[in-house]
Amino acid sequence: MPRIRLEPRAQSSRWATYLSPVLAVVLTLIGTAVLFGILGRDPIAAYRAFFIDPLSTFYGVGELGVKSAPLILCAIGLAIGFRANVWNIGAEGQFIVGAICGGGVGLFYEPMLGPATLPAMFIAGALGGLVWAGIPALLKTQFNANEILTSLMLTYVAELLLRFLVRGPWRDPQGYNFPQTKAFDGYAVIEPFFSGTRVGLGAVLALIAVAGGWFLLSRSFLGYQIKVIGLTPAAAAYAGFSQKRITWFVLTLSGGLAGIAGVNEVAGPIGQILPVISPGYGFTAIIVAFLGRLHPFGILLAGLLIALSYLGGEAAQISLDLPVAVVGVFQGMLLFFLLACELLVRYRVRLGPATAESAA
Amino acid sequence: MHELTAILVSMVLSATPLLLAAAGELVTEKSGVLNLGVEGMMIGGAVIGFAVAWTTGSPALGFTAAALAGVALAALFGVLTLFFLANQVATGLALTIFGLGLSALIGKPYIGKPLPSLPQLYIPGVTDIPVIGPLIFGQDAIVYLSVAATVAIGWFLSRTRAGLILRSVGENHDAAHALGYPVRRIRFLAVLFGGAMSGLGGAYLSLAYTPLWSEGMTAGRGWIALALVVFATWKPWRLLFGAYLFGFFSIAQLHAQGAGVSIPPEFLSMLPYLATILVLVIISRDAKRIRLNAPAALGKVFRATA
Repeated sequence: MPRIRLEPRAQSSRWATYLSPVLAVVLTLIGTAVLFGILGRDPIAAYRAFFIDPLSTFYGVGELGVKSAPLILCAIGLAIGFRANVWNIGAEGQFIVGAICGGGVGLFYEPMLGPATLPAMFIAGALGGLVWAGIPALLKTQFNANEILTSLMLTYVAELLLRFLVRGPWRDPQGYNFPQTKAFDGYAVIEPFFSGTRVGLGAVLALIAVAGGWFLLSRSFLGYQIKVIGLTPAAAAYAGFSQKRITWFVLTLSGGLAGIAGVNEVAGPIGQILPVISPGYGFTAIIVAFLGRLHPFGILLAGLLIALSYLGGEAAQISLDLPVAVVGVFQGMLLFFLLACELLVRYRVRLGPATAESAA
Repeated sequence: MHELTAILVSMVLSATPLLLAAAGELVTEKSGVLNLGVEGMMIGGAVIGFAVAWTTGSPALGFTAAALAGVALAALFGVLTLFFLANQVATGLALTIFGLGLSALIGKPYIGKPLPSLPQLYIPGVTDIPVIGPLIFGQDAIVYLSVAATVAIGWFLSRTRAGLILRSVGENHDAAHALGYPVRRIRFLAVLFGGAMSGLGGAYLSLAYTPLWSEGMTAGRGWIALALVVFATWKPWRLLFGAYLFGFFSIAQLHAQGAGVSIPPEFLSMLPYLATILVLVIISRDAKRIRLNAPAALGKVFRATA
């Protein structure tokens, strides 16, 4: 039997860079077909319900924008951090705190602020997310505490804070005791672009984030520092790039973006603050970031695909009685295949014994 | 007195899943592999353990199946990171996301179905001793297993040849490889062991701690277990102390809620998470100590060169 060997590529392969996410998507589709089969559903019908039916209406296409906007906003920030080897996995918490801060402004200061309400909400939300991500940054740079664990723990804290506010002090007195705030009104509402859909400002903000992320990473000195620190920390240190400064920057940037996404979600599609305001956008954004190969344009495409999987999950729940949890399995499987296909980018797969040249 | 006994006994119950998962992860990390998928493996163990115990009526089979489920998920992680050379951080996150999704799918038919709790040790006379009796001689089998496993791991890592080899792989994989040790195989086994222990820890939640299945019931315990390994600076006996300390804090907040303390319950529920952050900060502050104790090759990709 020939031995399988891996030869590192001197330069990551260009075709493999583009092909590996496509290959991962294809493998995931095969995997989900098997899953549908196990669940006793016709895979073809399930595919249709999952990926085609949601886009067959104008409303459905709008929903794609609604669902992809928060994913892309969060994923752009996360990807920039991942490039610098800073692992913020608490975007969900930053999203929630952003929604709380921005939502609070919208709920209580709308009469005072008038037309300035919405900008004030976004500023408050961005600051909220920024501060929430600033805590892991502070703990990382000052106390060397692992940002993965601290940012994640803060997500649980944020969820509990939201639940407290919505059940307690912010509960709508006219809401029949339901744990929800009153609906945003007047200047605090983000109106949809087209009647009959829910897509609005969020989609535009997401596109701006993509363009901004691209500029930062490919056209700015700061982006260059981020990439060097991520690839070779030692070289970055010789060049005098400050690891601490970059850690602060990428964490607060991603927190701010997640916060903006949170404000948009409550003031736009949801229209009020509920105890649960996200189906895990902040976590799923991690998958989006990787599926987009940590590149802003890739993230745009990945965000649309994952948003479609959310829509498909909702549709399949109704039409095929499939549990929503299928979406999580689909997303997890996709990430696994993606990580496995990553191998093709960095290595050549060869059969046969090592040559003298490759062993050297 | 009665209240104190109740707190201490439930402290042990709440510490046990953490201790099991953290002890497994400690072995994995000692071999140089950082598996952030503990949460995913725990929830996988929780759902499979519950499903099997509910179907067969045997908690023992439930725990066995949970350990195997943890092994299966860990194998996925091991193949990707050790053979496909995937990034360990990203793969661990993927494992958690995948585990949470899959468990919700598998567990759907079991929501709201109750299980009887595990039988507890009872030695006439001894278990009746106030406080110490129920605390030390009145627990279920898994509690004793978790303590025994932690002690055994401590002994294995420091007193056996195999343990020494495992540690050498975690400190310097190239040197271990040059000495002829099968780095990948050793790491793979350590990853599988970590999976089995996480699976057991998850099953303890769904079969003993709160004997029912609910979606996402691990509630971050896998991540707390990861933090505990850092807290213990990779030393098993400190893990024992850390897990019980942690169990005490989570139970104290529950008792405070029960006693009607005038702090909103949401804020009390934040305490375990805030405590984790605090503990991490206190331990990590001394960067030198972390560097001295952490396995030197932790999280690094190993590719055999010859």
